[in-house]
Amino acid sequence: MKSPEEIFKILKDKFGESIIELKSGVPVESYIVVDPMKIDEVCLFLKDEPELKFDNCMNLSGVDDANGKKEAQTDGSSVIIGGTLSVVYHLESVYLKHKLTLKVAAPRENPQVKSVANIWRSADWNEREAYDLYGINFMNHPDLRRILMPYDWEAGYPLRKDYKNPEFYQGMKVPY
Amino acid sequence: MLTETHKNITYTPVVKTEEMILNMGPQHPSTHGVLRLELQLEGEIITKVIPHIGYLHRCFEKHCEAMTYPQVIPYTDRMDYLASMGNELGYVVAVERLLNIQVPERVEYIRVIMAELQRIASHLVALGTYGADIGAMTPFLFCFRDREMILSLFEMTCGARLLYNYIWVGGLSHDLHPDFVRQTRDFCNYFKPKIKELNDLLTYNKIFIDRTAHVGILPLDTAINFGISGPMLRGSGMKWDLRKDDPYSVYHKFDFDIPVGEGKVGTVGDCWDRYYVRVLEMVESLKIIEQALDQLPEGDVMSAIPKRIKPPVGQIYTRIENPRGELGYFIISDGSVNPFRVKARAPSFVNLGVMDVLCRGHMVADIIAILGSVDIVLGEVDR
Repeated sequence: MKSPEEIFKILKDKFGESIIELKSGVPVESYIVVDPMKIDEVCLFLKDEPELKFDNCMNLSGVDDANGKKEAQTDGSSVIIGGTLSVVYHLESVYLKHKLTLKVAAPRENPQVKSVANIWRSADWNEREAYDLYGINFMNHPDLRRILMPYDWEAGYPLRKDYKNPEFYQGMKVPY
Repeated sequence: MLTETHKNITYTPVVKTEEMILNMGPQHPSTHGVLRLELQLEGEIITKVIPHIGYLHRCFEKHCEAMTYPQVIPYTDRMDYLASMGNELGYVVAVERLLNIQVPERVEYIRVIMAELQRIASHLVALGTYGADIGAMTPFLFCFRDREMILSLFEMTCGARLLYNYIWVGGLSHDLHPDFVRQTRDFCNYFKPKIKELNDLLTYNKIFIDRTAHVGILPLDTAINFGISGPMLRGSGMKWDLRKDDPYSVYHKFDFDIPVGEGKVGTVGDCWDRYYVRVLEMVESLKIIEQALDQLPEGDVMSAIPKRIKPPVGQIYTRIENPRGELGYFIISDGSVNPFRVKARAPSFVNLGVMDVLCRGHMVADIIAILGSVDIVLGEVDR
C-alpha cells in the first residue's frame, strides 16, 4: 500500500519531465498531472510494476476545464478559445488496495491523448465516451467511434461548456 | 450420355458458408430495454458481438451542470431505475465527503436499511426476468410478488414506489413511518422461506442448469481487466465487495458474508454462478436489515441538512456497492452552487463492455442467457 506521494516519487525517478506535478490537499483528492503523450507508458509501468500493480481502471472521465478565453457571440452564446480539456484516470490496485488519480491536460484546439485501452480494457468504452462527448482524440485506440450520441451527430461535443444546441437535426427542428 | 453443356459444369464438393450479420434489438424483449447487439455469426456460432448503445441517452451529466447539488438527486434516481436508493446514496455520500459533514447515526442506519431493501428488490427483478428470458415464467411472477412488498415499504416511507428522492444531502426527506419497523420485520420473516422456494423452483431446476452452467465463463483476470464489479466479479470467484473493501455509511457495524461463485454445478464464473451469487446476496441483505432494525437509534433525520450546499473547490471520486456493481460518482466542484462536472461511473455500462468476450464461440440462444446474467439496466448504461 503506497500513498500518492510515494508513487509520485517513484514515477518522477522513472519518467522525469513527463510527470508534471502532484496536487494534494483537502478536500481536493491528490492527483498527479502527466504529459498526455506519455500517459500510456506511465500507465503500463503502473500496471506492471510489482510494488504498484494498478490492475483496475475504475473510472476514466473527460473534463472541460473551461479555462480559456470566453468570447461572446452575437446570438448571446459564448465560445471558449484556448485552454485545455482534461482526462482524469482513477486507478486502483485490487490486490494491494491502494488508489491513485492521474490527470492529463490537452489543448482544446487539438486534444490528443494517448489511449490506455490496450492496458485496461475497461478504459475502452470510457475513452469512447470521452471522445463522443468532449471530442478528445485518443491516439492508438482500437475502435474510436461515437458511443452514446447517434453515429451521424454533427453538432459538436455536448459536454463542452460552450456547446450550443443545433437548430436542426436530420431536417427536424430542435426543440421540436 | 452427357451433352457438351453438361461436360462444362464443374462441381466443387465444398459447402460454402458465409458470415452472417444479425441485429438483435433494439426492440427485443430480452435485452431489457433498447440495446442493439450486432452479431457476427458463422452458422449458429457467434464470432463477434458489437453492442450499440445510446438509445436512452438523455444527457444526465449535462443536466447536472445546470442544477444545484440537491436538484441532481432526482436525476440520479432515473439512471438505474431498479435501484434508485443506491444511486441516491452514492451521489449523496460523494457530496457529503466533499462538504465534509457528519450525518446523524439514525440517518445512516435508515439509509443502509433502504439500500439493502433496494438490493433485494433489484435482485428479485434480475432473477425473475432471467428465468423469464430463459423460459421459466413462474419464478418471474413469484419474484415480482415479493418485490411488490418492498415497494410498498418504500411507498409507506416516502410516497414513491420507484423514484424516491428520499436520501438527501445530510439527511432524509422523511422520517420512518411509525409502523415501518414492524412491517419490515414481518417482510424479513416472510421472505426467508421464499428464497428456498426460489431455489426449488428455478436455481436447481435441471433445464435451468443446462441452459446456464458452463455458459459465458468469465475468468477472473479478464474480469478485473475489464473493470467488472458487483455480482459479476464475485461470480468469477473474487471476494470483493465495496461494503467491506471500501466502507461507506455504517456498513462496518454489520456482520455479513460476501458470497462468491464456486462453480457448484458448472465452472467458476459461468452464468449460473453469477445468478446464484445474487440469490445468496439477498440472504446477506436480510441479515444486514435485521441487524440494522435491532440497532436503529433514535434521533432527528433532518437536523444535519445544510441550508446552503456549496462545496469548496475540489474534486472527489466516491463509489458504493450498488446491486449491479461499483457505482462511482466523480464530482468536480468549482466553489459555486452548481457542480462543475458530475461523471457517473455506471456499473452496467462497464459490465456490458465484456459481452464480446463472454459470447464468442457460443450459440445464438446463449446470448439471452449471458445478457441476462450480466443484468444490465439500460437507463444506467446510456445515462
